[in-house]
Amino acid sequence: MTDSETVIRVENLTAGYGEVAIIKDINFEVQAGEVFIILGGSGCGKSTLLKHMIGLLPPVSGKVFIQGNDIVSAQGQERIDILRRIGVMYQNGALFGSMNLMENICLVLEEFTDIPRDAMEFIAQMRLKVVGLEGSAYKMPSELSGGMRKRAAIARAMTLGPRILFLDEPSAGLDPITSSQLDDLIIELSRSLGITFIVVTHELPSIYKVADRVIMLDKITKSIVAAGRPDYLRDKSDNPWVRQFFNRES
Amino acid sequence: MVQTDYKIDDSGLKLTIEGRLDADTVGPIWSEAAKKLSDTEPSLLEVDAAGVEYCDGTGAALLLQLRQRQEKENRQFIIEGLRPEFEQLIKIFDPGQISEYLPEKFSLQGFIEKVGNAGCRAWDDLKTQISFMGELFVKFFSTISKPKNIRWTDTFLIAEKSGADAVGITCMLGFLIGLILAFQSAVAMQKFGAQVFVADLIVISLFRELGPLITAVIFASRSGSAYAAELGTMKVNEEIDALTTMGIDPVRFLAIPRMVAGVVVMPLLTMFNHLCGLIGCGLVMLSLGFHPITFLNRIQEAATLGDLAGGMVKTLVFGSMIAGIGCLRGLQTGTGASAVGDSATKAVVSSIIAVIVADGVFAVVYFYLGI
Repeated sequence: MTDSETVIRVENLTAGYGEVAIIKDINFEVQAGEVFIILGGSGCGKSTLLKHMIGLLPPVSGKVFIQGNDIVSAQGQERIDILRRIGVMYQNGALFGSMNLMENICLVLEEFTDIPRDAMEFIAQMRLKVVGLEGSAYKMPSELSGGMRKRAAIARAMTLGPRILFLDEPSAGLDPITSSQLDDLIIELSRSLGITFIVVTHELPSIYKVADRVIMLDKITKSIVAAGRPDYLRDKSDNPWVRQFFNRES
Repeated sequence: MVQTDYKIDDSGLKLTIEGRLDADTVGPIWSEAAKKLSDTEPSLLEVDAAGVEYCDGTGAALLLQLRQRQEKENRQFIIEGLRPEFEQLIKIFDPGQISEYLPEKFSLQGFIEKVGNAGCRAWDDLKTQISFMGELFVKFFSTISKPKNIRWTDTFLIAEKSGADAVGITCMLGFLIGLILAFQSAVAMQKFGAQVFVADLIVISLFRELGPLITAVIFASRSGSAYAAELGTMKVNEEIDALTTMGIDPVRFLAIPRMVAGVVVMPLLTMFNHLCGLIGCGLVMLSLGFHPITFLNRIQEAATLGDLAGGMVKTLVFGSMIAGIGCLRGLQTGTGASAVGDSATKAVVSSIIAVIVADGVFAVVYFYLGI
């Protein structure tokens, strides 16, 4: 792949909380249209890495380029422009509790576009249909199950049609059928629109189904221990822990 | 960017779209296309999308809505030249027939039903409050009979937050109320040459009514809301459920320490309120030319131990009620961040209403007891 197709580049990223480093000197690139999975054992820093990639946390050192712009150093309008190109689904949905689903989805359209109100509602209904929540547009987040909240959060993340979507544990809490439908949606959006997905997940069936490439983080070395296609890592990785992980062996 | 062109002929309306169809570009086209459709009401809408370079979900929404509008009026819709990947996108995003959200219309019957429902809810809520307070008092007395069962570390911490940390605001409000009340009374009583009795008025009103009441309002808004928010957050995080499944009674574990703290700190805070209120009153008396000894003599002569004790008994009841209602509202919290805020608000409102009702009951009881 040429450098022009790289949508995210992480350079020498070291991150942590206070004095404690969680990840050290990490380097990788994500290509356009790729479904890129971040894996690892509990506490290895997957969510920390994701939060640094979306500019929520400042790194100790290093850079994160999104479509060529460094989100770490970006300020003001430059930062807003970068953030508009990405959508994020948080682990617990992070829907605004005082707004119904329609209002949650319309919020970004109201803030960033001049689309008429009825059109906004149509778009919101469409997004909700995609994630299987038709008929729930006027429900409050507190009236939804955990899985429904998660799906609504994906619908909200897709509202502005971002080119890059970050999903933190999207399938957790969903039934296998809905989870599989979500996988199909990820593949479809990635293939037809060239949307790049960066997904933090533990769900092995989903990983085998959707992943173009994965990286595995290691808690001890605080770095990437393996990178590549999941089936290749499962069968041919040099690292026994990696093979163990992909084969669900204890 | 995106460009559009409209052509009307005998067969219908032809819309040509070229460029990018995304959230940034769709807005103006949407309004324009809707207006053209309303104006021309074409039997056929033909969309030439061969020039569409990029189309995301928002662009697909435009095309889908144009199709829906035509189909709703039993008119034809054709889309031509759209790239296969965008056609696939339309299939993915097609929401089908969307049921419209109709806001409820006003009707007298509906209004009466709503009032009835609200009344029933208020009645049920009152019964819940009474039964919870009953449960709390039973557990309170059974727990204090075995002091080992009280979580003293938590209780002291809560008492510190609700009591010691609230001394400043309680003193400041007491001082200002004493000062303002004395000043206002002095202006009125000057007409009768009775300014010296301002001290009598302030000390009696502070000891019997204002001191306990003001302190209760401060305690309700500061600590009652905090209890509700804290327990509410625990409820949202399923910590209350965890306690229950561990076999630990949440009322004994969480509400009793708060009730004990409330019962202990309310009288102490009220004493500070009294003291500062009297200092405020004394300053006004001093500025009116009265000697401090005169002021102290008037206070001693006007107020009895019964006035002070009567007020203090009230504070015990107010403290337990506010702590209990704060805990109840916290335990009743629904799900979501807004539910915690709602619980805190309800805790303050319910506590203040309960305190004022209880104050009224005390007034009647004290009248018959001759206190």
